[in-house]
Amino acid sequence: MEALLSILNAEFLAASIRLATPLLFATLGGILCERSGVINIGLEGMMLVGALMGVFGSWYLNSPTLGFLVGVLSGALVALLHGFVCISLRSNQIVSGVAINLIAIGLTSFLIRIVFGLADQQRIVPHFNSYPFPVLGQIPFIGPAFFNQLTLVYIAFLMVPVSWFILFKSRWGLAITAAGEHPKSAASVGIDPQFVRHVCVVLSGAFAGAGGAFLSLGQLHFFQDEMVAGRGFIALAAVIFGRWNPVGGMIACLIFGAADALQFRGQAVGMGIPHQFMLMLPYALTLAILIIAGGKSKAPAAIGIPFRR
Amino acid sequence: MTLRNKLTGAAAALAISSAAALAEPGLIIDLGGKFDKSFNEAAYNGAQRWVAETGGTYIETELQSEAQREQNMRKMAERGANPIVVLGFANASTLEKVAPDYPDTRFTIVDMVVDAPNVRSIVYAEHEGSYLVGMLAAMASKTGTVGFVGGMDIPLIRKFACGYVQGVKAVNPDATVIQNMTGTTPAAWNDPVKGGELTRTQISQGADVVYAAAGGTGVGVLQAAADAGILSVGVDSNQNYMHPGSVLTSMIKRVDNATYETFINGVEGFQPGISLMNLAAEGVGYAIDEHNQSLIDQEMMAAVDSAKAMIISGELAVHDYMSSDSCPVS
Repeated sequence: MEALLSILNAEFLAASIRLATPLLFATLGGILCERSGVINIGLEGMMLVGALMGVFGSWYLNSPTLGFLVGVLSGALVALLHGFVCISLRSNQIVSGVAINLIAIGLTSFLIRIVFGLADQQRIVPHFNSYPFPVLGQIPFIGPAFFNQLTLVYIAFLMVPVSWFILFKSRWGLAITAAGEHPKSAASVGIDPQFVRHVCVVLSGAFAGAGGAFLSLGQLHFFQDEMVAGRGFIALAAVIFGRWNPVGGMIACLIFGAADALQFRGQAVGMGIPHQFMLMLPYALTLAILIIAGGKSKAPAAIGIPFRR
Repeated sequence: MTLRNKLTGAAAALAISSAAALAEPGLIIDLGGKFDKSFNEAAYNGAQRWVAETGGTYIETELQSEAQREQNMRKMAERGANPIVVLGFANASTLEKVAPDYPDTRFTIVDMVVDAPNVRSIVYAEHEGSYLVGMLAAMASKTGTVGFVGGMDIPLIRKFACGYVQGVKAVNPDATVIQNMTGTTPAAWNDPVKGGELTRTQISQGADVVYAAAGGTGVGVLQAAADAGILSVGVDSNQNYMHPGSVLTSMIKRVDNATYETFINGVEGFQPGISLMNLAAEGVGYAIDEHNQSLIDQEMMAAVDSAKAMIISGELAVHDYMSSDSCPVS
């Protein structure tokens, strides 16, 4: 118990938030996409493309901010493809998403070898540094935990109320919900469900690209093959666990982030628990929460179903 | 039906004849990528050294997933590559199945022992090399706390960790060693983000030297250490150049020699059985070059050199985790 308490410090909170951020970007994208009625299994692949293009952008434009924007745009571009296949061609959304994940792995490892050359793949590019808030960063405990992060962390968490407002308080949100719940009625009142879905899918790709670029430009400063390492799938779980609500999604990401941070620390100090158990913790927690929350959460009614007039 | 049978037969005959004619050596790069700056890259460099010296050509494939292992190994044998080098412990069970099916093909497996008449098993004394870098880490540490980040949690990586801890404690019996494993699946070899995060965790707990034995994950460890201004220890290949002034040293494992020698010896010079590459055989060691000279002073150098001599002469025995599945110190 003493060991457990010793690791629950400001650095632990800071790490939880840092680890939650890439998940949060992708989760917000996933929520937007799924609420409009399109499943996006391809978040992982879009993150990977965003991570790579962020590195390229930052290197060639010599600015992490511009690199990040390139990552966001490239994620959106991949999503455009997903939208074209699922919405315009009405193909199976799961198959398209899986295909995007597989293509992304091959494409990114191919491009990094072509562009940076074989031996210089992990070239370090201009990257983000943490930004301590002028006054808030000085507060003991709270300062280092919450206000000494990368600027992108603040942006990610700012996107939570923004997307909540768009989804639940704006006309756009109503159109998105209508497209996801009952596209035919939406069409009957003059909303074009296909257009709404296209916009949401592209935005979800932009968010996923942001998550990927956060990993490569915020945490690593370089790109490595398959570096997203399943975080896109964790984000999918956070979408469902968060019940397609940005606030719920944020809580889910924070729980995953905290579980991971706890796992790292628990392993290091021992605590007398086998570390394999600690490694399992984030995933066991996911399952447990899905079991508890699963019965009550309800997916958009028309999710996965292509719209036909 | 008969036509199809004939065609298959012809194709098979062709495959056999080409196998006999070509006999280029083969290398299967394991998961984690060819340019992981570590284990795989060392093996690849050995093959490149052979190419540069002999002007020969070889067949190379790169594994993309666990599921491709057996198929890839069989395909390599069927394409006529001989001898074939496979890398890493994860190939052992597959090779046990595949090797008897291709009795004329010679296989070399690195990091694991497979008992078959056409297999050479090359294993390294990682505990001895890790002991020496552990000593260096303890001498360089100001906080008395050092870290270890392993890749996938397997006995081999525990062997690195155990040798390292022994070396640390030999210098400073009161030192604390924080140990983390990245994961329990092969994905743990290639998650630099997690590697970096584990390193930051260890730094927050006081570590000021972190040793990474984690393949591609380790690249994230070295990066996070350099960012935080602490020291790190690289592994397998000489990684000193990656962050000059921050990488204290690298525990070199001459996997390059495994490929190089297998290729040079070819089919004729192939010797089945177990080869132990220890300190005496210069299979493991620590790297000193222009990138880390300033970090290691005369005193440190003298201490590791004398320990090295004692290990080689047998005066000092470093416990091998894999011999007992346990480590006497932690």
